[in-house]
Amino acid sequence: MSIERLSAVELLSKNKFNVDEEEAHIVIDKTICAQCSEKPCLYVCPAVLYKLNKNGEMSFDYAGCLECGTCRVMCKDKGIVKWIYPRGTFGVIYRQG
Amino acid sequence: MSSEDKFDAIIVGAGPAGSACAYTLAKAGRNVLVIERGDTPGCKNVTGGRLYTYALEMLDEDLYEEAALERRVTHEQIMMLSGERAITIDFHQPGFNPEAKPPMSFTVLRAVFDEWLAAKAEEKGAIVACGIKVDQLIEQEGKIVGAIAGEDEMYADIVIAADGVNSFMAQQAGLIRDIPAKTVGVGVKEVIELPEKTIEERFNLQAGEGAARMLLGCTEGIHGGGFLYTNQQSISLGCVFTPEEAAQHKKSVHEIFQDIKMHPAIAPLIAGGETIEYSAHLVSEAGYRGIHKKLYREGFLMIGDAAGFVINTGYSIRGIDLAIVSGIAAARAVITAGDNVAAAGSYYMQELNHLKLMPTMKAADGYFEILETPWIYDKVPNLANDVFNSLFKVSGEVPQSMKNTVMGAMKANGLSLWQLIQLGIKGVKSL
Repeated sequence: MSIERLSAVELLSKNKFNVDEEEAHIVIDKTICAQCSEKPCLYVCPAVLYKLNKNGEMSFDYAGCLECGTCRVMCKDKGIVKWIYPRGTFGVIYRQG
Repeated sequence: MSSEDKFDAIIVGAGPAGSACAYTLAKAGRNVLVIERGDTPGCKNVTGGRLYTYALEMLDEDLYEEAALERRVTHEQIMMLSGERAITIDFHQPGFNPEAKPPMSFTVLRAVFDEWLAAKAEEKGAIVACGIKVDQLIEQEGKIVGAIAGEDEMYADIVIAADGVNSFMAQQAGLIRDIPAKTVGVGVKEVIELPEKTIEERFNLQAGEGAARMLLGCTEGIHGGGFLYTNQQSISLGCVFTPEEAAQHKKSVHEIFQDIKMHPAIAPLIAGGETIEYSAHLVSEAGYRGIHKKLYREGFLMIGDAAGFVINTGYSIRGIDLAIVSGIAAARAVITAGDNVAAAGSYYMQELNHLKLMPTMKAADGYFEILETPWIYDKVPNLANDVFNSLFKVSGEVPQSMKNTVMGAMKANGLSLWQLIQLGIKGVKSL
């Protein structure tokens, strides 16, 4: 249990989530993202959920979302076409906070 | 829904603002419904953090004694990092923990604290409905008269938005627009579990005592800083960045945070610990200027983070206390207004002044400009460490004079005496 650098995936595995399998609370439009030159979401999402895939396309998985809202605030070209909080009881469940 | 089901107030969000408001209203016999989207109050919330107890005392005397709090803060610390180096200032003030009085502040974890405070509001008679997300406000004849969650419509004389920094309620009410990226910071935090004794030994604490530490110079020049709070059996370590600058820097906030964690002056403090949670949250960074222009309309008030009540001085951060005070202010306004609901908004503004919240925010406004000075995030901590380096270095060579040491360090960091004097003047003027 010595302290070490942890990847975002490792960090998220420490958390409790109740993922809403039926409804995504954040939806992106990849064609808009493709036009965005800055792509701030790649750097500002604390959970590193915005990634470029092999084809250079934006990919996003809402399952590990910490619901901070940073991507919503930073999305310049509005490739994020939907950003709402998850439905009641769903999403991250902080046990420390 | 029939008119008997109409509440005196609906509060959206069971954080400290919402629960303090519900507590005060319920205590005065008002019929209050708190709607919380999380499974339990606090499970969506994050702090650095600490709570200043005066706010709990304002809610009810001696309430802090049974509150779910961590350690009473008696060590106020500032750490300036530069490369591998670090200067730590430790202000130990046992007087912040006076006998027979509430200690000035406690470290706190929100999942436990918020749940406790909401339960206190319930004890007073408020209804706290968890696991329900409010989707929409109900507007009739220009007034907010209720809220919709899924298929349910709920009505009240007033709806109070306590739904945090991303206030969807305030946006729907037309009182705020999209949040400008410049006005917020993104905070990330790890909670690292350690034995009580280990924490006390590492931070030189008596049992129950705690340390609050601000870190400067750890953000690669990005506007922001780190924090470390000792909890009972864990350490909250985190940092806050301006997301715009982080994006320009093209390095993930997660990566920069991990660098801080592994810094040679930080890692030993948490060594042997286990990370038990990783959290993130937005925080208003604009202080007084970040308070939304209008905090009410007929049938609607905004409190806590939703209203923008956060103070960041660079060496301390306040939000939970201001949230509680604003909740009390809103409740008192609603009580004073009685049947004349339309007057609640202006009473609220009066209460915010009366309870010293607005004057306090205004008094701290000057910090904003100081914190806007880009070079305080790298050059100043570098300079301080360079000067200390020269002071303590003994090599057998003839040492430089103090004046030359400081001037040389300033030059090396690209800072002029004039810049530092200007910052000093700004500091004296605004603080």
